[in-house]
Order: sequence, then structure tokens, then C-alpha cells
Amino acid sequence: MIYLDYNATSPCHPKVIETMLPFFGEKFGNPSSLHTMGQEAKKAIEESRAAIARCISAREEEIIFTSGGTEANNLAIRGVVKAYQKKGNHLITSQIEHHAVLNVFKALEKEGFTVTYLPVNQEGLVDPGDFQKAITPQTIFASIMHANNETGVIQPIEELASIAKEHGIIFHTDAVQTAGKLPIDLGKLPVDLLSASAHKFYGPKGTGFLYVRKGVRLIPQLLGGAHERGRRGGTENVPLIVGMGKALEICTQEQEEENQRIQALRDFLESGILAEVPEVIIVGRRSPRLSNTSLVLVRYVEGESMLLNLDFAGICVSSGSACTSGSLEPSHVLLACGYPHEIAHGSVRFSLGKWNTMEEMKEVVRVFSSIVEKLRHISPFGKEVIRNV
Amino acid sequence: MYSEKVLEHFRNPRNVGKIENPDGVGKVGNPVCGDVMVMYLKIKDNVIEDAKFETFGCGAAIATSSMATELIKGKTIEEALSVTNKAVAEALGGLPPHKMHCSVLAEEAIQAAINDYLQRQNHGNGKA
Repeated sequence: MIYLDYNATSPCHPKVIETMLPFFGEKFGNPSSLHTMGQEAKKAIEESRAAIARCISAREEEIIFTSGGTEANNLAIRGVVKAYQKKGNHLITSQIEHHAVLNVFKALEKEGFTVTYLPVNQEGLVDPGDFQKAITPQTIFASIMHANNETGVIQPIEELASIAKEHGIIFHTDAVQTAGKLPIDLGKLPVDLLSASAHKFYGPKGTGFLYVRKGVRLIPQLLGGAHERGRRGGTENVPLIVGMGKALEICTQEQEEENQRIQALRDFLESGILAEVPEVIIVGRRSPRLSNTSLVLVRYVEGESMLLNLDFAGICVSSGSACTSGSLEPSHVLLACGYPHEIAHGSVRFSLGKWNTMEEMKEVVRVFSSIVEKLRHISPFGKEVIRNV
Repeated sequence: MYSEKVLEHFRNPRNVGKIENPDGVGKVGNPVCGDVMVMYLKIKDNVIEDAKFETFGCGAAIATSSMATELIKGKTIEEALSVTNKAVAEALGGLPPHKMHCSVLAEEAIQAAINDYLQRQNHGNGKA
């Protein structure tokens, strides 16, 4: 099996599993309990919080544990907007956000807020000039993702957050695809809130965190006990939280070396595909991009049919085609980049990670080019680009 | 999410390609929607002697095209016109609900190709 879907999820690092195991069994205490067992669990999650804070140059009390990226995004957006709604009712985000962000804004629109969805250019980038222009005296909050999950394009977050700061607008970034993959220094980066999810960086599924800069008010969205300083009720998921801290530590330590290694593989894959498959587009290739992501558009064929054929060959990828999402619309990200529907239907996302090798990339180039050729034989379009007719 | 039969027809689609000098051609769907089926028929004495297809689309679109051509080969025009999208889907062991529109496209492709044949016949008769 060749796994090239790390932006969807990653396996737990063996050291992460090892760190978590005792907390399912013998160290099962509830961190809210005052006895020894409880305090042992409390100490473990606080150590994880400290490790996470160190990795992103934050303070420990600025980290809230959540059930994952979706909850972190919901808490950030809804929690802040509800806390500051007396100051204004205008919000800004982008058209290419993950649904865990977009659908929160759509719900807020129904509740009376006005939302500006910033466009992107064909290279997948938000223009800070557009952001500046969208700001009104009513704007209280903005959320722009750090890097896009489909294209891997890295947004100019530092510049956007600085503009927000100048205008007194609270700025959130969804860093689910970048935490562990890119350096994040919240001592310098002027964002107020940042979401992350453990299973994207070799931690377990079902946990994540929200960074909330000291002084930013937040209305809790899960009401319960006084957990997480009263900002998120619910007994902490101790084993997963411990695993997340370990995972982020490992990724931060290995980041530079891993990024170089993975980028070499990704670049080899892209050059191979461009050389072997006629009429393909690599999205966002001229933008700053995550070193592990490659979104390929293949003309005259449809994404799901490529995905299934790759799966038959033991290669796991994603597609932004309509047919993989259960809707009839192709990826909202590709449409926002200005690609027409018929091209957006033909997308395949390769996302690489820690356990990929050069041998695998060679195999993928070979298999992928033959799959595209097979599907172009079946397709009524693009016969002229098939070489072996 | 797909049945074994759908995957099998997708993996090894039957009757792929064009027919030279076809007696009827039906093109349905739209690349904007992500599905286009073109069906080619060879018809003699009211019987479909051969059927081929070219399809741009997802796994279900390719599998239903393949099954539709299999179902109508050797059938009379009347029999082929009565092949419904449900019949195509059932022959494939069922389709996921959000893929049923692919079977509708297959039924429409059969009908479009036969209608094209009937129109050509009428034109031919008119001239003769």
C-alpha cells in the first residue's frame, strides 16, 4: 500500500502510541479528581499543554484542548463572535476555507451577521489588499486559513493578521494543515486564535487544540464543568492529549529535515507527472506551498475514476471531484481559484508524509500515467493527447 | 460504497469505444456536471447488433455505461427502450443513492441513441 493522503489523516507515530498506552489502562485517573490517580492524569495533560505551548511559542494558559480541528474552529469563531457582537456584526473569511470554518460562518449569517468571503487568485492566494478593502467599522472578526488542505497554498497570514491588528479586528487562523509542518511562532505572528488537529501531525484522531491569545474573550460553546479554565466543559481526553503533545514535539524537532526530504519526493512526483502525462495542471505551483501537497488537475477525465484506479493499484489519494463528496459540485476551492467545472472535476490530491519513499514516487508516476491513459481511452474527450492510440 | 459488480464493470468496462458508421448515436450529460456519455449503436432488422460507449465521469458513470451496453446488445429496439435506469442499477447490484443519477444518464443515453436511429430511418424513408 502506498499512502499519499496525509492531509486527510496520518498514522500515529510509534513513540506517540507508546506514550499514550499507559493512560488507557493503569493511569486512568480523571484530571479533576483530587486524589493521587487524578493528579497523575492532571500532571500528564499539563505537561502536554506545556510541550504544545513551547512548540508554538505560546503560554500554557493560552492552549485549550478540544476534540479536534472542527471543534477548535467552531469554538474560535462562534466563541469570539458571540463575545464581541456588541461591537459590530461584520465578519471576514475566505472562499477556500475548510467546511469546519465555512459552515460556521454560514450559520452565523442566518443569525444576523454579515460575512465577506474573500476571493483567491488562480494560484490560490488571498490578496491582503482585498482584505484591507473588506474591512468596515462594523468588522469584529476575521478567519483565514494558514494553508489550504487541497492545494497546500500557504496564505500571507502574517500580513493579514497585522492588518487585522491595526484595525482592532480579532484574527483567527485554521492551522490544521500547518501545525507540525511549518514553524509557528506566536511570539511574533500576530494572530489571536489558532486551531490545530492532532491526527494531521502523527497524533491520534479525536483531539486538537485552540490557541487563544491572552486577553481575547471567548464564550464557551460546550457548557459543563470548569475544565480548561471554564472555556470548554468535559473531562479531558487524557491519553489522546498526552499523545498530541508528544506528536507535536516530534514534528517540531524533525520539521526542517522532514520538510526538505518530503519536498524532494513531492518535486520528483510532480516533475514525473508533468513529463509523463500530457495536459495536466499543478495548482498553486507558483505560490508558497506546503512541501508535502500536490493538487493535480487532469483534463478529459474525472477525479473519482482516477482515485478508484489508483486504489486498485494500492495507492491512496483524495479527489476534490463532485463524485467523491456526495454533492454534484466539484471542489469549492478549485472553483474559487477560477478553474471551470469541467477541469475542476478532474482533480487528484497527493499528500505526502513521513513514511513515503522515492521508490514509491517512481511507482506512482508509472501507475498514474497508465491510469490517465486508460481513462482517456474511455473518455469521449481528449483523444488527441493519447500517445498510443 | 460500490458493489463488487460496479467495481468489476468499472475496472474492466465492456464495449468501450466508437462504432464506425453507427446507425444511431446518443450523447447525454454535460462536462460541467462531470458526466458525459456517448452511446453508439449498430442496428440491423430492428435488433441492436452492437453497442459501444465513451464516457467521461466517475466510477458509477463508467460502470453504468458498460452495463447499459451489455443489457441492450441483441435486444430489439422496443426491448432496449424499455430498459430503465433501475434495471441498469439492479443489474450492477445497486448504486449508492447519490450515484443514481448516473443510471439515469445511462437510460437517457440508450434512448438518445435509439431516437437518433429512428430519426435517421425517417429521413431515409422520406428521401426514398
